[in-house]
Amino acid sequence: MARITAGIATSHVPAIGAAIDLGKTKDLYWAPVFQGYEFVKEWIKDHTPDVIILAYNDHASALMMDIVPTFAIGFADEFQSADEGWGRRPVPVVKNHIDLAAHIAEQLVIDEFDITLINEMDVDHGLTVPLSLVFGQPEEWPCKVIPLVVNVSQFPTPSGERCWKLGEAIRDAVKSFPEGLDVQVWGTGGMSHQLHGTRAGLINEEFDRKFIDLLAHEPEELKYITRLEYLRETGTEGIELIMWLIMRAALGYGVEEKKRFYRVPASNTAVGHVVYEAKS
Amino acid sequence: MPRKRLYPLEDLEDIPGTKVFTARRSRQGYYLHKFCMSLMKAENREEFKADERAYLDKFKMTEEQKQGVLDRDLGKLIDLGGNMYFLVKLASTDGLSAQKAVSTTSGMSAEEYAQMMLEGGRSPEGIRSIRDKN
Repeated sequence: MARITAGIATSHVPAIGAAIDLGKTKDLYWAPVFQGYEFVKEWIKDHTPDVIILAYNDHASALMMDIVPTFAIGFADEFQSADEGWGRRPVPVVKNHIDLAAHIAEQLVIDEFDITLINEMDVDHGLTVPLSLVFGQPEEWPCKVIPLVVNVSQFPTPSGERCWKLGEAIRDAVKSFPEGLDVQVWGTGGMSHQLHGTRAGLINEEFDRKFIDLLAHEPEELKYITRLEYLRETGTEGIELIMWLIMRAALGYGVEEKKRFYRVPASNTAVGHVVYEAKS
Repeated sequence: MPRKRLYPLEDLEDIPGTKVFTARRSRQGYYLHKFCMSLMKAENREEFKADERAYLDKFKMTEEQKQGVLDRDLGKLIDLGGNMYFLVKLASTDGLSAQKAVSTTSGMSAEEYAQMMLEGGRSPEGIRSIRDKN
């Protein structure tokens, strides 16, 4: 049977991807950010899964305009990196695990998540920057990736509580997949940031640190943070943190925290990152 | 059936200096966003740069939105239904970083904004709610 063995959360700031692609990771500005990922780059060598279910939001690259699904699963065989206005990131093509993706879609509908399937799309920095942060710059990504796209940009977005339940449903779905796969779930985005107006540049370190404090062992109260509270406290884009809840719920009751990291700033954003191993 | 809400919908408009990107705003910005997403292709970026006005006229945007693009007034474009994830394609076409693009909507200079971020960003104190002034 397949098993969810670990989870990673990380911000997915586009400038981080640019820093990697342009060889600036040792620069004065960027070095302290990348230092926070030294642990996971070592850890992943012994913990490379067969498949990552990667929760991210599309930044008006494939979705958001003509079609705005609340929850969607990438269902193409493979996904190219999107041209977001400055050319495609020079990263490997992302390869899907269709059998597991199909199984999860089928199981989620049983659990009343009427998931959208996407047969063709490019994936943007929301998905590729986390892969680069963890795996560096390989010729090919070392595992399959199932893109799980969450609408966190256009209201109404799903609630944090709904995302939590989706994570639980993904856990149940993976556990019932007959093949013995090692699966990780990654939640990306956040932490606090706002990208427009007189509140642009908003950072709420107190909120962010409390979120990380509670996520591993006392995540219950995080489930009930409302969308309005995310907007007020963490900025209009800080609500991406609901995707961390998908990851945490998918890991089940007990986790071992292997790493936590927090750093301000990367471009407009507070960078947060955790690594959890599942206990059950 | 009466609906239970966790907060009144109007509260989404109660955040200082903030336009929450609602479905209605998405509709208002739709053709502006069509233009922005067209810039995801190199040949379209070239065509736009060669004659901005002519390129914009291919889209069903309002005159105000077109002028906002020509002026690179991202703050105005957000007032007209724009969302930063789309507008960043325009900024990228100009070779501007996301941080610089965002700073132009903040009322601060790019340098002041960058310095604020280096110093830990903007505190949420006093700018959570227009009504509660907290």
